[in-house]
Amino acid sequence: MSLWHKHAIFEKNSIILLIGILIVVAIGGLVEITPLFYLKSTIEKVDGIRPYTPLELAGRNIYIREGCYNCHSQMIRALRDEVERYGHYSLAAESMHDHPFQWGSKRTGPDLARIGQKYSDEWHRDHLREPKSVVPGTVMPNYPWLEQTELDYAHIDDDMKVNAVLGVPYTAEMIANAMEDVRTQASADADSAALVKRYPKAVARDYDGNAARITEADALIAYLQVLGTMVDFKLYDDKANIR
Amino acid sequence: MTLGEGGTAAAFAALAFLSVVVSARAYTAEYSFHAFLFAAGSLAAVFTIFNRYFDRPAEPAPLTIDGKPNYNMGPVKFATVMAMVWGIAGFLVGLYAALELAFPLLNFDLPWISFGRIRPLHTSAVIFAFGGNVLIGTSFYVVQRTCRARLAGDIAPWFVVLGYNFFILIAGTGYLLGITQAKEYAEPEWYADLWLTVVWVTYLLVFLGTIVRRTEPHIYVANWFYLAFIVTIAVLHLVNNAAIPVSLFSPKSYIVWSGVQDAMVQWWYGHNAVGFFLTAGFLAIMYYFIPKRAERPIYSYRLSIIHFWALIFLYIWAGPHHLHYTALPDWAQTLGMTFSIILWMPSWGGMINGLMTLSGAWDKLRTDPVLRMMVVSVAFYGMATFEGPLMSVKAVNSLSHYTDWTIGHVHSGALGWVGYVSFGAIYCLVPWLWNRPLHSLKLVNWHFWISTIGIVLYITAMWVSGILQGLMWRAYTSLGFLEYSFIETVEAMHPFYVIRALGGSLFLFGALLMAWNLWRTVNPREAAATMAPTLVPAE
Repeated sequence: MSLWHKHAIFEKNSIILLIGILIVVAIGGLVEITPLFYLKSTIEKVDGIRPYTPLELAGRNIYIREGCYNCHSQMIRALRDEVERYGHYSLAAESMHDHPFQWGSKRTGPDLARIGQKYSDEWHRDHLREPKSVVPGTVMPNYPWLEQTELDYAHIDDDMKVNAVLGVPYTAEMIANAMEDVRTQASADADSAALVKRYPKAVARDYDGNAARITEADALIAYLQVLGTMVDFKLYDDKANIR
Repeated sequence: MTLGEGGTAAAFAALAFLSVVVSARAYTAEYSFHAFLFAAGSLAAVFTIFNRYFDRPAEPAPLTIDGKPNYNMGPVKFATVMAMVWGIAGFLVGLYAALELAFPLLNFDLPWISFGRIRPLHTSAVIFAFGGNVLIGTSFYVVQRTCRARLAGDIAPWFVVLGYNFFILIAGTGYLLGITQAKEYAEPEWYADLWLTVVWVTYLLVFLGTIVRRTEPHIYVANWFYLAFIVTIAVLHLVNNAAIPVSLFSPKSYIVWSGVQDAMVQWWYGHNAVGFFLTAGFLAIMYYFIPKRAERPIYSYRLSIIHFWALIFLYIWAGPHHLHYTALPDWAQTLGMTFSIILWMPSWGGMINGLMTLSGAWDKLRTDPVLRMMVVSVAFYGMATFEGPLMSVKAVNSLSHYTDWTIGHVHSGALGWVGYVSFGAIYCLVPWLWNRPLHSLKLVNWHFWISTIGIVLYITAMWVSGILQGLMWRAYTSLGFLEYSFIETVEAMHPFYVIRALGGSLFLFGALLMAWNLWRTVNPREAAATMAPTLVPAE
């Protein structure tokens, strides 16, 4: 008789086996995941992070719909070559309002965490319509339908309400003005003072170069142009959170 | 009519009504289409239940006939056929996606087949549609045989296989139409996730109910692995997909988790989809089919116990190795790396237990290509579970992450281990289920060699392209500048993408040979059947 025979209890009782499995598989996840919700050092406080504007949020949903995350990461690792190629390494705070996160796992194309304001709207427009027209060696598909499809933002306030429930700091005022903010931000000559007050540094302009209508390209380019630009790294102090 | 039949029919009628309402008021045409599919599927279910009720004998199927268990093999047959169908579809989509990367023209400016939508279709089709049907089919077969008991439930087993395949249909069409959560290997939206939850809980109940009903005193080792796979996947699915829909009438939902926590939850899920779906479940297949085919007992009972508990305990910790050098806290990354390396041991424990089962029967590798396929699958399992811990080391990962090396690693596990052990199991199952000899062992041999060459081409191409690209990204000139622009590293990938597609097409061709072989097994030519040689008496 040895310890091995004690294992028979699992082999002869299906429910004990089931409970044993559940306990054993629970441990690792509990240890690794739960502290992330209460350790303050997980997400350090950084100035400049704000929720996406309604137009940027709609653009992000197009980014998700087209599966951009399959080829583009949004996570610059703390490695010398990455910081030199893409910019400051990504901070946890920069994706704290992202439901879900879009860090990605493969770079068939380059990282996009700091793509914002690196290229002009015209470049993005050409690139989305036909990537080869600006980057001849690319393997990225053409996305000509984005600038031809009217943006559906009829329910964007509902999207913001759900995000607010999940902890994204959308105020009642932001939700009430969602539709108006979409139209303002996608237009070059609307008065954007209220928009910028609600969403600091938000830029209102005609992203797709077609003033007549608001397209999916407007939204997606607005999203791409804000990526990685919320934190001002001239002012960012990486020692501020060290205790 | 039994309570189960009546209750299920009523539930489906209610679901049909709800789906019609949703279809009419849906925010988008795509979602309306999905609600319509739900309505049509529900009505078909109600119709089928009534039809079956009028056709069946008054008494339910007996549990035993003449003292022998009356096995329920209908759902097993269905899952086996669907595994082959989805497998070929999934390999084909994978090949097309590979060709799109080599020749981007093939995207044809069509939203539905652009790479970003087709890649999740490929991964889900091979993992969940092919792999899932193999797992459900073999688990229903193995649990009945090793428990010597009929499958629990009357229509429940059919609900599991049909419901699961309906989930696949919703998920797959959703990707093409742009309905996705954008979480890798968990792309289906909230309503598909809810449906899968119902199906999966039923699956657990059927499986557990059959074990409870067993006439053997011990639960066989394969069933421990199946059970761990089923319950852990349930837990992972529920936590990772926790989301709030925008509206009942919208396909869109927002995941409860965000940013760094979502990343951790996602890769806790993602790595254990590998650990429990693609490993524990297929180890169960190894533990039944290899001993059966080799006609040898499992090498070591004690090794089974140790490697089972160690494997399921350690796998759960490995997730953070997908997030090295990111904004995930360092302590979590180090834990993930450490446990990934320790995981090497139970993985090889399983490999040794599978390989050494051949003790005294190694000669069968020469004569039985089906057994050879399964043994090679265990060898691939050993290679992939050595490479995995290696890649989880932070220094190695800084090079391999974000490159094709990861893709190559996944495919040595997916094509070599999961693919081959599944093919081996199906080559065993189809003759057993339909009670006919396999049409041609020679064709199995061809399948084996053609797809092995395909796998080797695939893996080596991805090793070279991955390591090459990783090195190019970090190359510096003598003046201290980055040597290559990103696009130069993309252009350098082209030849390897072509070789990869070639490897994939060989693997697909092998699977087509298999499908034809199995078709001929189930539907033998009349002529061939009567052409058996007859003895002529000597005059």
